Amino acid sequence: MQSEQTETTAGQGSAYLISLRNVTKRFPGVLALDNCQLDLLPGEVHALMGENGAGKSTLMKILSGVYQKDDGQIIVDGKEVAIDGPRAAQELGIGIIHQELNLMNHLSAAQNIFIGREPRGRFGVFLDEETLNRQTAEIFERMRLKLDPRTRVGELTVAKQQMVEIAKALSFNSRVLIMDEPTAALNNAEIDELFRIIRDLQTQGVGIVYISHKMDELRRISNRVTVMRDGKYIATVPTEETPIDTIISMMVGRQLDSAGPVVADTSANQVVLEVKGLSRGQAIRDVSFQLRKGEILGFAGLMGAGRTEVARAIFGADPLDAGEIFIHGGKAVIKSPADAVAHGIGYLSEDRKHFGLATGLDVKANVVMSSMNRFLKRGVFLDQAAIRSTAQNYVRQLAIKTPSIDQPARLLSGGNQQKIVIAKWLLRDCDILFFDEPTRGIDIGAKSEIYKLLNTLAEQGKAIVMISSELPEVLRMSHRVLVMCEGRITGELSAAEASQEKIMQLATQRPSAVAVTTTH
Amino acid sequence: MATTPNPLSQANLNMTSTPDSNKGADAGAGGLRARLFHPSTRQKLLAFASLLALIVFFSFANENFLQVDNLVSILQSTAVNGVLAIACTFVIITAGIDLSVGTMMTFCAVMAGVFLTYWGLPIYFGIFAAIFFGALCGWSSGMLIAKLKVPPFIATLGMMMLLKGLSLVISGTKPIYFNDTPSFSQISQESLIGDLIPALPIPNAVLILFLVAIGAGIILNKTVFGRYTFALGSNEEALRLSGVKVDFWKIVVYTVSGAICGIAGLLIASRLNSAQPALGQGYELDAIAAVVIGGTSLSGGTGTILGTIIGAFIMSVLINGLRIMSVAQEWQTVVTGVIIILAVYMDILRRRRQ
Repeated sequence: MQSEQTETTAGQGSAYLISLRNVTKRFPGVLALDNCQLDLLPGEVHALMGENGAGKSTLMKILSGVYQKDDGQIIVDGKEVAIDGPRAAQELGIGIIHQELNLMNHLSAAQNIFIGREPRGRFGVFLDEETLNRQTAEIFERMRLKLDPRTRVGELTVAKQQMVEIAKALSFNSRVLIMDEPTAALNNAEIDELFRIIRDLQTQGVGIVYISHKMDELRRISNRVTVMRDGKYIATVPTEETPIDTIISMMVGRQLDSAGPVVADTSANQVVLEVKGLSRGQAIRDVSFQLRKGEILGFAGLMGAGRTEVARAIFGADPLDAGEIFIHGGKAVIKSPADAVAHGIGYLSEDRKHFGLATGLDVKANVVMSSMNRFLKRGVFLDQAAIRSTAQNYVRQLAIKTPSIDQPARLLSGGNQQKIVIAKWLLRDCDILFFDEPTRGIDIGAKSEIYKLLNTLAEQGKAIVMISSELPEVLRMSHRVLVMCEGRITGELSAAEASQEKIMQLATQRPSAVAVTTTH
Repeated sequence: MATTPNPLSQANLNMTSTPDSNKGADAGAGGLRARLFHPSTRQKLLAFASLLALIVFFSFANENFLQVDNLVSILQSTAVNGVLAIACTFVIITAGIDLSVGTMMTFCAVMAGVFLTYWGLPIYFGIFAAIFFGALCGWSSGMLIAKLKVPPFIATLGMMMLLKGLSLVISGTKPIYFNDTPSFSQISQESLIGDLIPALPIPNAVLILFLVAIGAGIILNKTVFGRYTFALGSNEEALRLSGVKVDFWKIVVYTVSGAICGIAGLLIASRLNSAQPALGQGYELDAIAAVVIGGTSLSGGTGTILGTIIGAFIMSVLINGLRIMSVAQEWQTVVTGVIIILAVYMDILRRRRQ
């Protein structure tokens, strides 16, 4: 299915603006890119697809000089080149618009665009603002963009800031423009405007590499699609002739880990948490669901789909515009994490180092951190003996691998750090636990231990929400899967129904563009 | 739209169109109004209004306040802190901090003393020495911060103590007097303006303050170096990704700041007709306070020299006025503390609104 669609390109290298051949990149312990290929024609929009972690951004960072390749060739205009920094890429006419915009908010649009290359006046040290603004206005004019070059970037909308980034790339006379998820923060009108500019650029012969997760955009804007998976090149196909399903199966085609345990039916269990109509701006839109005792509810979706936002809102970490939360059938008012904890809700954040652990403190201190008031003698003094025995107990119970409970938490592996955070919440008697990417940054052996622990917790009657971007993990662990896209729940799948393809389809089903995705 | 001459119709446009699309109009005929209500202008107006209010208040509170002698004394006492505050403004705009400006000033004064009094060189060597050693100290701080990645707070804290010690060592803990170089005290004390216009006996120190301010303003707003100073404070990573040599420019910022401290060293040594090696500590806090009161954000990216000058004047008017009203010195310090907290709180309020 895949190899027959791969184009052979060896004989026509010079027709391409850019060819990446067998590009390989290693990070400590990881082979991030394994012999990757990409060819870009003048005037084409070339979509680069793949799941989170497939290596798209790494490949583009190599092309734009942020990272250096370990192996392979970069061919520009038929000649092999070395790109040793952002400057070198700019001089070759390769511009990139990063997902996190790299602008200086305090400076004007024009000042941002020409930073490092300011038109100079007298003595070569004075700035020539007039030329600066005129040249910027000319670029904006070419983009048919209505924007005063003197506007401070911090005052612009994200969409306009992106336009400034595009203008900056064009100011280098870029013939290649890389866009990393450019529509992630845009509304529909802004996306239309962006696509108009992309089409204008196409007619001027600029080649565009377009990274996106959104299937309907692919149809609208791209000519060809290259799919990557696990750091490997899978295939390049023409967009028009390829059904979306084929692309999705190329993206997720990896084999599942050996099937997980047969999941118990929890559909008759008592509902411990119910939320109705949660909303906050664009991030959370009318989210309702139920969570049952002893259940692991998987939250699937792409990055930025709103899963973390929902968890944080229920946990009281972010305010809500609307919505109700019921715990054990009673309406709960949760205004702060302290309220949530009082209701028995625990939240294990994605970023353990920043939010879940005091890495400088030892294991025992971390375990009792949020239950300190239970370990007091005479109201003020800490009961060290009780703390030690409690910590010992959890270390044994959760099989935390540590030389002692006096070990600083930062010296433990990711998996064991995760277990300390779990211990912390168990000690608080939390029976509703939100796990946000529980196995991120944890090696494979430790992963299965965390899985075992989650299963045990569920068997003991805890209700668990597991947010995960790794589909095999979601499929293996969940009794039920909710899929989110753009702040909405786009579908619910039982463990029996769920498959990678179905989840991907729901996860890319932008509510505003359902019609487009279903017409092929 | 940008060519519409009628301000009324532009006001309408401002209400109906998006903020981005009417910028062209704002910058045209309706520009003054737009600029007056721009947040950064508002802060400056607020600081200026506070200064005026203080002056009016003290004028009514005590008839001696508006005496020429007193006003000259306010100007004179602002000069040193004003120049130091200008030096700090550069660093603070990059989101850095410099705690060493006070003792660096003293070190520069001591070095001027070494050149003039110990070695008996002509006065220009003394002026050169103060500015050169200021730049050298600043360069060292910049190297520590940019190359060795020592946090600015720590690097300049160390530099503060190091320079204090060096000043004491070099001078043998005794003041160095400039009695052999009579023209030295004229740098600060004489009045060139007073010679021309006898009714305005403004001392040279104040003239130098304003010259430094104008120079710093031009450097900050009209040169490539100034642009990178703001860019460093706004988003250093973006500047790096744009291919600009971030480390180099950071070092230049601290070097320029150090050179300006050298000028402050000349001013204070000239006023006291001596280099006082034990002096200096505490001046850095007054300078930082003036910068902050003037609306420069400690988080970097924004700041103006004009604001800093106004900030420095607010502080010296306040101290002078309280002294004239016979408020005890202890209470003067308390009031200064309150003013600083208020100024920073205003800054926080303003940023929250953005």
